[in-house]
Amino acid sequence: MTYNIILRIATKVLCPFILIFALYVQFHGDYGPGGGFQAGVILAAAFVLYALVYGLENCRRVLPPQVVYACMALGVLIYAGTGVVSVLLGADFLDYNVLAHGDPIHGQHRGIFWVELGVITTVFGTMVSIFYAIAGRKGLN
Amino acid sequence: MTEFVDVALLALLAVTGLALLKLRNLFAVVILSGIYSLLSAGLFVTMDAPDVAFTESAVGLGVSTVLMLGALALVGHEEKKPTRPRVLPLAVVILTGAILLYGMADVPPFGDPNNPIHQHVTPRYLEEMPEEIEVPNVVSAVLASYRSYDTMGETTVIFAAGVGVLLLLAGRRRRGQDEEEPGE
Repeated sequence: MTYNIILRIATKVLCPFILIFALYVQFHGDYGPGGGFQAGVILAAAFVLYALVYGLENCRRVLPPQVVYACMALGVLIYAGTGVVSVLLGADFLDYNVLAHGDPIHGQHRGIFWVELGVITTVFGTMVSIFYAIAGRKGLN
Repeated sequence: MTEFVDVALLALLAVTGLALLKLRNLFAVVILSGIYSLLSAGLFVTMDAPDVAFTESAVGLGVSTVLMLGALALVGHEEKKPTRPRVLPLAVVILTGAILLYGMADVPPFGDPNNPIHQHVTPRYLEEMPEEIEVPNVVSAVLASYRSYDTMGETTVIFAAGVGVLLLLAGRRRRGQDEEEPGE
């Protein structure tokens, strides 16, 4: 599969659009279907496609496993951190109303933004980590 | 028209499920389960749940198919023939199915506005959300704001699942195999 020129070119063309689409799903989640879970999976799918066609080693060079492992934990930290910030600002855990000074609706938007950022980071990290773990076993390379 | 689409999708779903049972070639099984996910996503769209359909097609059709294909590359493409007829699994499956059908008798009809789920907190979400959060997609607002504790739990579960898989699959280098795979 690695030396099929049609697949290689198609992947090269598709990958940027998949990445952009993942970001669209993430940031348009407030207005249409979508959100952190879907966007994280789509983002991971772009790298899985790249790894399938260009080989796992090349994908690991673009996206080192350490970065992916860090993403897994970082997302949960961002999510819980949003809650801690709202506690520090004097409200309940994960109460977004206080996140923007004196503007509850803006605060809600900020809270949803950070929380969804945490979700996409963890989902992306977990999906790619599992893919790396399974594809990195003997017999695939 | 809606009934036709529903019947067609459910019929295809049943055919796919039966084909999954009969097939011994695991490659075809993986691809068919992807098709099963795609049909389920279609059903979710007809039930006006595009967010769920989106997740189903991205996870069920996309990533899990790739992961299953990756697993197939390790275990081979043919399922072993069962050596003897297995009665116990059949009995368990039939019993479970019977219990599920019995339970279905109590489920309120789909789409009825008087269902308990539409009477509890949903009206409050739908009425207060435009003033409280001002996000056009109610699903996002419920998921990320009203029920953000749940979503934090889900994110943590995903994190834990990833850590578990890594411990099982990627942790073998510790057992004295450093010489074989240096500096990965």
